[in-house]
Amino acid sequence: MTAAGRALAAALLALAGAARADEIKPGSTFLSPEMQRQQQDQSRNPGYLWVEQGEELFSRRDGVSPTCISCHADPKQSLRGAAARYPQVDAASGKLVNLEGRIEQCRVDRQKQPAFGYESQDLLGLTAYVASLSKGMPLSVSAEGAAKPFYEAGKAFYERRQGQLNLACTQCHDGLVGQKLRGDTISYGIGTGYPAYRLEWNGLGSLHRRLRACSLGVRATQFDYGSDDYLALELYLAVRARDLPMEAPGLRR
Amino acid sequence: MRLAAIRSALIMLALASAPASALEAYKVVGDAIPAPLGGKIGDLKRGRALVLDRTQGNCLICHQVPEPNEPFQGTIGPGLAGVGARLDTGQLRLRLIDAGLLNPQTVMPPYFRIEGLRDVAPAFRDRPALTAQEIEDVVAYLASLRTP
Ligand code: HEC
Ligand code: HEC
Repeated sequence: MTAAGRALAAALLALAGAARADEIKPGSTFLSPEMQRQQQDQSRNPGYLWVEQGEELFSRRDGVSPTCISCHADPKQSLRGAAARYPQVDAASGKLVNLEGRIEQCRVDRQKQPAFGYESQDLLGLTAYVASLSKGMPLSVSAEGAAKPFYEAGKAFYERRQGQLNLACTQCHDGLVGQKLRGDTISYGIGTGYPAYRLEWNGLGSLHRRLRACSLGVRATQFDYGSDDYLALELYLAVRARDLPMEAPGLRR
Repeated sequence: MRLAAIRSALIMLALASAPASALEAYKVVGDAIPAPLGGKIGDLKRGRALVLDRTQGNCLICHQVPEPNEPFQGTIGPGLAGVGARLDTGQLRLRLIDAGLLNPQTVMPPYFRIEGLRDVAPAFRDRPALTAQEIEDVVAYLASLRTP
């Protein structure tokens, strides 16, 4: 590119701003066709190992009462679409909770058991299982009412430069979509595939684990799993991805 | 537009009279920083290693260089083959030190700046991404890339 071309491109980037909602595509669109097929195939997508473990935990008795299934009978029906409505504001506490947070809340308040802990295999399994029950359903998370301040905070996070490399999420995930960052093709940076099995992790991980990887990538503070900062960001990403199909458990490089 | 950006950058630089940091001072002339940082002399070999290295410079996440044995080079920034013929050392130095001086919207990270950054991870806080010596090393390597 010539210098004039670059100046023009930079000006266009500045003007372009955020991607329009109807342009945003699911993360799997940016995978190779072979990986796309593998994600779709339950027998070849390793994420389903966690889904199966979660399904078993969901109805296991081993002294814990009530079990998940005693409150959520026929989960394939009763919980279909549930994951597509998270994160949401918990009416009782006024706090923003994501799917992991809601599962932990059931575990602690209703089952009177110690929390599993973020990123534990049990919580990942249950989250992957419940998320898989919404597979293909359109994401429908609200940015209105009580959710509004969280949405605004998440949006501000997404748009501000951070870290030693001084980059904002939007610069990569709106401005550079489709470009190669080393071996990766940059996607719109949405969370509809999470929890996802990443080859790099050799395991299943939550959206917050992926966010921590992007934070580290720009040499910025990694916020805690389940922190207010990442919860607000998760809400913003979900609203940004409104109406896109849920695809957890995703398969990623 | 570009000139205006340079002018406002110069004004900002002038206003920030006493840099709070201990970073080596430099002077912007036009779109270049002609004098080597801290008077250091760059080493081409070390510069090449820094550019290819995945933890420090990590330039190849974004750029392509004429290094056939390096797989998976990025496509985010301009290719660097021939950059030494397009830009002189002063121009290269400015773009590495702080490309934001030319283009406030730039994606190119500032490799020699510690002010105005936010939420920097503790391991990288209060030090520039590259030291003055390392900037000079990388400039020496880039200047050697003369074939488009
Ligand atoms: C320097 C570029 C860069 C920046 C800045 C960046 N990311 Fe990413 N991000 C990537 C790359 C590369 C990937 C892996 C390929 C992909 O899926 O997009 C990725 C993946 C993701 C994913 C997973 C997408 C999927 O479907 O697997 C999410 C979500 C995400 N980023 C969100 C963010 C957020 C939020 C921020 C800011 C805190 C951010 N990213 C900052 C480059 C970046
Ligand atoms: C996160 C992406 C990214 C990283 C990392 C990065 N660059 Fe850049 N670089 C860019 C972009 C984008 C531009 C175009 C700048 C503009 O137009 O504002 C650029 C511009 C340049 C230029 C000017 C090229 C020209 O033809 O005008 C040079 C030289 C350069 N980079 C060298 C480097 C070196 C050396 C490193 C590592 C020490 C590096 N870059 C790291 C994205 C990056």
